[in-house]
Amino acid sequence: MLKENLIYLDNSATTPCDPRVVEAMVPYFTQHFGNAASRNHPFGWAAEGAVDKARKQIADLIGADPREIIFTSGATEADNLAIKGVAQMYKRKGNHIITAETEHKAVLDTCKALEKEGCEVTYLKVNRQGLVDLAELEAAIKPTTILVSLMFANNEIGVVQPMRQIAEICEKHQVLFMTDGTQAVGKLPINVKELGIHLMAFTAHKMYGPKGVGALYVSRKSPRVKVTSQMDGGGHERGMRSGTLNVTGIVGFGKAAELAMQEMESEASRLSELRDYMENELMKIEEVVFNGHKDFRMPHITNLSFKHVEGEGLMMTFNEQVALSSGSACTSASLEPSYVLKALGLGDDLAHSSLRISLGRFTTKEEVDKAIELIANGVHHMRDLSPIWEMYKEGIDLDSVEWQEH
Amino acid sequence: MAYSEKLLNHFKNPQNVGSLDKEKKNVGTGLVGAPECGDVMRLQIEVDDASGIIKDAKFKTFGCGSAIASSSLATEWLKGKTLDEAEGIDNMDIVEELELPPVKIHCSVLAEDAIKSAISDYKSKNAL
Repeated sequence: MLKENLIYLDNSATTPCDPRVVEAMVPYFTQHFGNAASRNHPFGWAAEGAVDKARKQIADLIGADPREIIFTSGATEADNLAIKGVAQMYKRKGNHIITAETEHKAVLDTCKALEKEGCEVTYLKVNRQGLVDLAELEAAIKPTTILVSLMFANNEIGVVQPMRQIAEICEKHQVLFMTDGTQAVGKLPINVKELGIHLMAFTAHKMYGPKGVGALYVSRKSPRVKVTSQMDGGGHERGMRSGTLNVTGIVGFGKAAELAMQEMESEASRLSELRDYMENELMKIEEVVFNGHKDFRMPHITNLSFKHVEGEGLMMTFNEQVALSSGSACTSASLEPSYVLKALGLGDDLAHSSLRISLGRFTTKEEVDKAIELIANGVHHMRDLSPIWEMYKEGIDLDSVEWQEH
Repeated sequence: MAYSEKLLNHFKNPQNVGSLDKEKKNVGTGLVGAPECGDVMRLQIEVDDASGIIKDAKFKTFGCGSAIASSSLATEWLKGKTLDEAEGIDNMDIVEELELPPVKIHCSVLAEDAIKSAISDYKSKNAL
């Protein structure tokens, strides 16, 4: 069991369900358990009604029409459906997709899979702050380009890409614009119509809803977008995603969307204030590098590299009290340091030394104060153990050392 | 990652952290790894010239929890050993003692390299 005083600062990985979300879901496990596709009895009607309500709550959150929301099992499936679905639906028009090096693996690996099937993919580079270059994007578009897929906000550094400007370029060249909105939806005001987004993937569990349910927004008007289904079956979700709807999850997703909409403004200012405070306090420590963009970013994320300290070891000094993430290789499944940080131009050493801190709806000032203290103590402790910190302090140029790589 | 109790003990209470005077003739220093790889170990031994026994060992390590625990354990094992005995320390001994998971075996390899490198430094200083 988790200790009660454990501080959770990993809200970009997942968020806890809001108790109000759970409360809304409970009747749909036992009382209203019907299949939303059962059109001929009250059990089905109750389920369908609940799904309709949730679809509207979710559509309202992003300024879409409820008919433009396709429910999926999560953002990964929505990313797959959008990108593979567009590639297959529009293959007569072309086979070229543009994305960026810092996208989530759900987008990158989907693109890699499509490359094996004959698609051509351009992976845009980003600058030191994590932003794509709009001129580079426009220059990459060619007659065979069918899709631009660029994330709304990055999961590791929180940088927010210029959605409206990207959409204008796509409009000008008549190319579809898809965004992975996983980190941004429910946290930033988003109107897909005003922004010119044609497809957007997002998920409930990053916005205080349950895991296992997500959605793809697919524009129905100007342009009318279609995607080839990736899951065949009963023709649910307008034929784009078959499979019995996860009614309970969808109800929770809807409630989470409603709450996010109500509380977004006050939460964003509370969190950015708390985040800035934490970031400033941690940057008072010697030799800390900020990763990302100070202006164009999410209100709840900060990413810092503590030089000459390895991230996994650092986390071990406080992980019984504070939960967060690192870009260190030792914390990744691939045993490679964060590809996002490397794409910013950080050396591997700084990627190994990074921590990602992501605050959330239930984070308090007291928790932030405690976490600052524990992280700072951890950094000092690990630097006392670090030979390269000692060498740095002795004035040795670490770049001039001949390391024995292994 | 779930680590063994022994590993966590070494991580929380690392033994023999620090430096020996690397200019001294009877001190051997090994510095292995690279910052880009995410681990650097510096392991030092001080040898009693008369008996050839390692009388002190110190380390500093930049790395993950198992790299730090592996170096702490290595310094514990080195003290009181002859150079020949020390050269016989195998990385798999460290793996077993700390119950390192497979993805962390390279930390034990690094510790073995650090031991060998420190011994070789001592030997070359003393023309052995």
